[in-house]
Amino acid sequence: MQHVSPIREPLVTGGKTYHDITEDVCRQVEAKPNPRWAAAFAVSLVGLGIFFYSVYRTLWFGIGEWGLNKTVGWAWDITNFVWWVGIGHAGTLISAVLLLFRQKWRSSINRAAEAMTIFAVICAAMFPVLHMGRPWLAYWVLPLPNTFGSLWVNFNSPLLWDVFAISTYFSVSLVFWYIGLIPDFATIRDRATGPIARRAYALLSMNWTGSAKSWSRYETVSLILAGVATPLVLSVHTIVSMDFATSVIPGWHTTIFPPYFVAGAIFSGFAMVLTLMIITRKVFKLEDYITLEHVESMNKVIITTGSIVGVAYTTEFFIAWYSGVEYEQYAFINRAFGPYWWAYWSMMTCNVITPQLFWFRKIRRSLTATFIISIFVNIGMWFERFVIIVTSLHRDYLPSSWAMFSPTIIDIGIYVGTFGLFFTLFFLFVKFFPVVNMAEVKAILKSSSEVPHGHHTPANSMHGTHGTTTDTKSKTHHNE
Amino acid sequence: MNKKFVLGIYDDEDVLLTAIENIRAAGTKIHEVFSPYPIHGIDDVLGIKRSRLPIVAFFCGLFGTSFALWMQIWMLGFDWPMIIGGKPHIALPSFIPVTFELTVLCAAFGMVITFFIVSKLKPTLRVNMFDKRSTDDKFVMAIEVKEGVTNMAALNDLLRSNGAIEVNEKEVVK
Repeated sequence: MQHVSPIREPLVTGGKTYHDITEDVCRQVEAKPNPRWAAAFAVSLVGLGIFFYSVYRTLWFGIGEWGLNKTVGWAWDITNFVWWVGIGHAGTLISAVLLLFRQKWRSSINRAAEAMTIFAVICAAMFPVLHMGRPWLAYWVLPLPNTFGSLWVNFNSPLLWDVFAISTYFSVSLVFWYIGLIPDFATIRDRATGPIARRAYALLSMNWTGSAKSWSRYETVSLILAGVATPLVLSVHTIVSMDFATSVIPGWHTTIFPPYFVAGAIFSGFAMVLTLMIITRKVFKLEDYITLEHVESMNKVIITTGSIVGVAYTTEFFIAWYSGVEYEQYAFINRAFGPYWWAYWSMMTCNVITPQLFWFRKIRRSLTATFIISIFVNIGMWFERFVIIVTSLHRDYLPSSWAMFSPTIIDIGIYVGTFGLFFTLFFLFVKFFPVVNMAEVKAILKSSSEVPHGHHTPANSMHGTHGTTTDTKSKTHHNE
Repeated sequence: MNKKFVLGIYDDEDVLLTAIENIRAAGTKIHEVFSPYPIHGIDDVLGIKRSRLPIVAFFCGLFGTSFALWMQIWMLGFDWPMIIGGKPHIALPSFIPVTFELTVLCAAFGMVITFFIVSKLKPTLRVNMFDKRSTDDKFVMAIEVKEGVTNMAALNDLLRSNGAIEVNEKEVVK
């Protein structure tokens, strides 16, 4: 008696067995590189080359290589930083928040989403570090007694909060990701034929045997990590928004920033997960694990957060008018109709209008449409950060110092280069690591999949992916 | 000393759970059960106690909170007091973000390190698996054989009658 829900679609299609999951996921790890993978990897290596060249120019000749000026002292660097950090949030959201909410559909996408988080945070961190001008002194942001006396870092500064927030976020995400990988590394280790693979995965799998006791602890650890990572998701982007909100620049000094930034982060993060997963499922033939149901669920998150972002834009405008502060009013009129009007309206089109198309079920379930809209959202969210930063800075209280910003080739090079960095890491991940969390997909297989072939046993449909269901007694027993 | 185990191999979690109940009810001690994924309800059937890792996480988190508060208050309030933006030396609201982050960091790392230690997880090349298929699609139940005490034929029957698809023996060099 397989449980078939009249409402929910199966999360794993194709009538898979446990062994099929192992085979399907391990295939690309064990096989020779796919030619399409190799071609894409080569392109990302070119991007990485651009990154290194631009960083070399920045370090050798200084920040003057960037388009910053006295008025616009922050532009592409902080735009890209906030954008990349935001992209990272979907990974933690999928792995932590959806775990707490017992959402089983997270199981097939959480691994890749978490990898995306980690790589996106690495890309993000490049920008503030390079903006320091002397990255070799980056350790000065840590509370270490320095050589000039016992002078300490300024704990009142949001930029220092960022240091703590981003590094905590990065390390906790990395640990969360790794804990989830251990059982799957063990699976690859036990299948490995080559001596190098066997040794490498043996080291990575940390002596994992899959005993009931370890699994019990593993689940406790995952749940607690999810519990602490959930507020972390909110805190990181809240703190990033405080970089702006605690200042007195018109257009920045607003209390709406923390929730507005968090919604935007989830919005862009889910868009990036979709962009990546639509390609990955195709290239690695994982259509049975990352189904249209998954795509649709993510699209629902996109329409929700996209609408929140839309409301935030309107609220900002309304409050600027309602506050009666002429500087604030000017900042917003200047955003929409000033010299950077094109950035503002690109943001509005991509972020507010395009995701509304997901109200139509047909579009929500169309891979092509989803892919295109996800790219639009990514572009829109980049413009959002650009609009907030550059339009607010370029004209503030003192008209004599008004200036325009335009990026140099090095600005563009570093931004494009971080894509090279991101995709190089992502492609290495998809080649050498299991892209889908095998253990977790196996755990939901009986309750949430199409009837597996050769499985004749009853299933208890009420299992949660995680948690302590104690309904084993009520099970229909089926013995030979 | 070498230890000998009888391994019952299962291919379904529900059959396994029933088997564990019946075998334990028959008075046989189960050494360990290996599975490719966490099975819900197995803790109760096997009699595994609830993990105390949440308590570890709580106290590590508490340490993080107190350390962060002490660090900031001492550094900016006592060791090198500076007036920044007209704020008091000990400006608690602006210490909250760093305190929160260090709480999470200490709780997460403290718990994970404890997990690695108690579960004996460490990078090693020598992995002793009872049956390698238990990381793929099989569920393995290991029962220790006591020389002269265990009735092998009866044990075999017990495992088979409870749905084991294979019964194997394995010697482990300790």
